[in-house]
Amino acid sequence: MPEIDIHDRPALLEARRLAYARNDEPIFGPLDFVLHAGEVVLIEGDNGAGKTTLLRVLSGLLEATSGDVLLDGEPLTLAKLSHQVALLGHQPGLKGDLTANENLRFAAGLGGVRAGISPATALAGVGLEGFADVPTRELSAGQKKRVALARVLLAPVGLWLLDEPYANLDLEGIKLVNRLLEMHARRGGAALITSHGAYAFTSGTPRRIPLRGSLREIPPAGAGQPGVPR
Amino acid sequence: MKPGTTLAACSALIGRDLTLVWRRRGDALNPILFALIVVALFPFALGPEPDNLRRIAAGVVFVALLLSGLLALDTLFRGDYEDGSLEQLVLSPHPLALLLACKIAVHWLTTALPLLIVAPLLAEMLNLPHAVLPVLLTALALATPLLSLIGAVCVALTVGMRRSGMLLALLVLPLYVPVLIFGAGACNAAQAGLAFMAPLLWLGAGLVLALVLAPLACAAALKISLS
Repeated sequence: MPEIDIHDRPALLEARRLAYARNDEPIFGPLDFVLHAGEVVLIEGDNGAGKTTLLRVLSGLLEATSGDVLLDGEPLTLAKLSHQVALLGHQPGLKGDLTANENLRFAAGLGGVRAGISPATALAGVGLEGFADVPTRELSAGQKKRVALARVLLAPVGLWLLDEPYANLDLEGIKLVNRLLEMHARRGGAALITSHGAYAFTSGTPRRIPLRGSLREIPPAGAGQPGVPR
Repeated sequence: MKPGTTLAACSALIGRDLTLVWRRRGDALNPILFALIVVALFPFALGPEPDNLRRIAAGVVFVALLLSGLLALDTLFRGDYEDGSLEQLVLSPHPLALLLACKIAVHWLTTALPLLIVAPLLAEMLNLPHAVLPVLLTALALATPLLSLIGAVCVALTVGMRRSGMLLALLVLPLYVPVLIFGAGACNAAQAGLAFMAPLLWLGAGLVLALVLAPLACAAALKISLS
């Protein structure tokens, strides 16, 4: 790996020949990649390329069929992992009958809170001031996404796994996600995000991992970004 | 960065589930109404002779409570599964079995406890001898948490499937039968003036066993359902 600068630190997350198959049908992989602290990596792939499955494997919800995932240099287990990973899935994980604030307070109770942030400031951080007491059932899909992002923001973890964080968001929301990702990377966190097109990520050029069903490897950093057919 | 304590996580979960039930308190009345209707229909079908009813009273109350518990069982994890909260629960840094035990406890508290409270009324509707009522209530107090715990394991196994209602009933009913036999058996024995402690003790033993093992089985089953 021709990695430099921030990369002399041990990798936060490392996948070696990682593959997942459901009923003998390969979903993705084998895949090798390294994620360092302070890095945002974009997993690209068409619909059905296995992006969501990859994130579920990395979050420990699914067990990889073959290959290893190393977290801080050690094999991944759900028990160790859960202290360090926040997952934003397709379902926002919010209760429609509870208000945004109640949902976040529950998340805070369940997973703990990052120092210096509270449910209220997290909501303000995703541009939802004034929506704290609205039942999330009444929020739009984009607003729900923002509440879910606030939950990720709140979690005291280093690694964010965001599945389609741009889906349902308006332009302002897309910028917001980019801002949050940059801030998270600056404070030494890392994030893996999936997208079926990189158009959304406007700030900087994140490293990309193209995912196309079965095997692909990572292009060396800095090499021409492979265009993904859309 | 401070991960919360397990105690905080449990109380957050209990608080959330209680709030959710309170927001939908109309739905929480369904099991009670169901049990009331079932019990009220028996005298119409069998005729209102008090002696007839007295003979079957304990058994009918037991079956009515068991079935209305079964009716409420599916809601235990369904909502959490559908909106993704269940994933967050599994990914939380706290022991999943403990969190699930809290969920089951809240479920019992909000679906079975109200039934236990109306049980004397149901018994009265069927003319159960007053002397047997304490035995019935004890048996129900031991049996309903046991039913909730056994049911939770089966729900955890089937939550990943659509239209799992029939499968759930098929899985659960054979496991419920022994509980029913011991519970209703204790009441029948008491009614006949025989010793009734043994079946009650069996129920207690089963409850203790389920209290320890069911949350663990539930956690394992949920992880399978989510993958």
